[in-house]
Amino acid sequence: MAIWLTKDSKVIVQGMTGSEGMKHTRRMLAAGTTVVGGVNPRKAGTTVDFDGTELPVFASVADAMKETGADVTVIFVPPQFTKGAVVEAIDAEIPLAVVITEGVPVHDTASFWAYNVAKGSKTRIIGPNCPGIASPGASNAGIIPADITGTGRIGLVSKSGTLTYQMMYELRDIGFSTCVGIGGDPIIGTTHIDALAAFEADPETDAIVMIGEIGGDAEERAAEFIKTNVTKPVVGYIAGFTAPPGKTMGHAGAIISGSAGTAEAKKEALEAVGVKVGKTPTETARLMREIMSGR
Amino acid sequence: MDLYEYQGRDLFERHGLPVLAGGVATTPEEARAIAERLGGRVVVKAQVKVGGRGKAGGVKLAEGAEETVARATDILGMDIKGHTVHKVMITVTADVAEEYYFSYLLDRANRTFLCIASVAGGMDIEQVAAETPEKVVKAPIDAVEGVDEAKAREIVTAANFPAEVADQVVEIAVGLWKAFVAEDATLVEVNPLAKTGEGKLLLLDAKVSLDENAGFRHPDHEALVDQATVDPLEQAAKEKDLNYVKLDGEVGIIGNGAGLVMSTLDVVAYAGERHGGVKPANFLDIGGGASAEVMANGLEIVLSDPSVRSVFVNVFGGITACDAVANGIVQALALLEQRGEQATKPLVVRLDGNNAEAGRAILDGANNPLIQRVDTMDGAAERAAELAAAGV
Repeated sequence: MAIWLTKDSKVIVQGMTGSEGMKHTRRMLAAGTTVVGGVNPRKAGTTVDFDGTELPVFASVADAMKETGADVTVIFVPPQFTKGAVVEAIDAEIPLAVVITEGVPVHDTASFWAYNVAKGSKTRIIGPNCPGIASPGASNAGIIPADITGTGRIGLVSKSGTLTYQMMYELRDIGFSTCVGIGGDPIIGTTHIDALAAFEADPETDAIVMIGEIGGDAEERAAEFIKTNVTKPVVGYIAGFTAPPGKTMGHAGAIISGSAGTAEAKKEALEAVGVKVGKTPTETARLMREIMSGR
Repeated sequence: MDLYEYQGRDLFERHGLPVLAGGVATTPEEARAIAERLGGRVVVKAQVKVGGRGKAGGVKLAEGAEETVARATDILGMDIKGHTVHKVMITVTADVAEEYYFSYLLDRANRTFLCIASVAGGMDIEQVAAETPEKVVKAPIDAVEGVDEAKAREIVTAANFPAEVADQVVEIAVGLWKAFVAEDATLVEVNPLAKTGEGKLLLLDAKVSLDENAGFRHPDHEALVDQATVDPLEQAAKEKDLNYVKLDGEVGIIGNGAGLVMSTLDVVAYAGERHGGVKPANFLDIGGGASAEVMANGLEIVLSDPSVRSVFVNVFGGITACDAVANGIVQALALLEQRGEQATKPLVVRLDGNNAEAGRAILDGANNPLIQRVDTMDGAAERAAELAAAGV
């Protein structure tokens, strides 16, 4: 089953004709994803060849949905145009929009998020500044490498791309139902809590790995949620114990402000609700392995 | 990016908000010119991005140009909580009758913006909120709807601003919101928002943070960066589009992906506890596509840090295959040699993921005595810390 993205998902790419969009559309197709087209108003009506697969380019998300039945869009457009692209996806009421773009101004994200809420939240937004979502063996929407691991029964939600890949690699023999990279920006669409709720409800997920990092209080709120809503075992990892306050560590949202947003506080909140938190990615993988071997 | 008070004041002024007349000086002579222009009594304020400057003696009154020069001479060069004062702001004084508080900020948890307003200003708002929460109003702002006059009036009423200043606060609330949006700010804080004896409102302090991701809309923001306080290595890295943060340890760190690099810092710090307390020397994320050139640029920055004694290159091959990364490292060392910068510090390299075997073989085949290959992240961190501890 997996969450949000399945073998039946039909994916379009906003920004497919750009270099990043082109590169990753090819990778998504190679991973077995049903990519049905792209969006670029200036190239509408043309097609793009991906190693023998001809994909049509549409003028708008709405057109692409009407013609292909697409239900997922992956957005690769530059930061200047990201807000417009997401608003277009929201207006078309596409069920899932995955925003890969890094460097989107936070006012733009706040604005398209508020717009989505005002429109009745018909679109699930993942990102921005995220690697996307992969349901190994079924579909891949974004830039997560498809060949790290096969399908299995672990669910993964993470703020970080490469830590996601690392965790998938460490547990590749067990496999994953779905891996969701929610992104490292101060405001993001889908949160740890949304993914935890979906994994809890997914009959094909047995246990959940949750990766967080310094900044904000999403992990603390996720801990509160786990306490009352999650019965499946959760293993956690938090990056940034040694990060100094006041410095942005790569991700726009990864910053300790005063005494808020520390890794220690997040770890304590998670442990207080029974989540085992690994000290390193490898130890975290070992904790998950112990849980899965008991099944 | 956090602004200095004077930059915040200038920004408010540009957006038509009422601030005190003033200027900024880096020398006593510049201070004299400003005092002469303003005339009469002035206040000289140290410009540092840290609280508590008043208690530290960084805010002084002065009467006339001579006294202003004397006070500016005292304050310039002063050390306030580890921050050297390079600039002073000089403004006319205000006859303050009451002090309020007003701010807009990013509310990450609710994915929107927040307005905080209080009639109890002039002190730490967190303390006010803790001691007298009824005096602090926190109003969520819809990012699309923003703050119009009706919304502003709602906030002013909820915060119990006195009737005689209500209209002025409404006007400032709307104007400040416009500035907040127009400048892509993540924080504008006015504390105090002062009422003078004549009943006029003034924004007496300015705390402003700007979103660096919005730089493409604001070419003028670049000029707000204070070059005097920028770490030279961070500056050099920025010029090469590298995401680098200088830290105060001995183990240079290069990795791909912000999360993995943060994690690498932690793992190295843990290993350092067993090896003389060595720590990570920097954060450096070379991103997904680590070409030889990017790797060379990264290595050059990290190796030019004199406190670095060993380097840990931690790469997970996701989109980029490890053989490409390994070639990048080998070529980077050769490139550095061509640039006349012979590397002498040991490099511990951990490659995992896509094409890891091929990558490791390339490293082994290079036969470079500086490169040490360790195949697990924890093991490599241990080795890098050990080498740094030994390389005194």
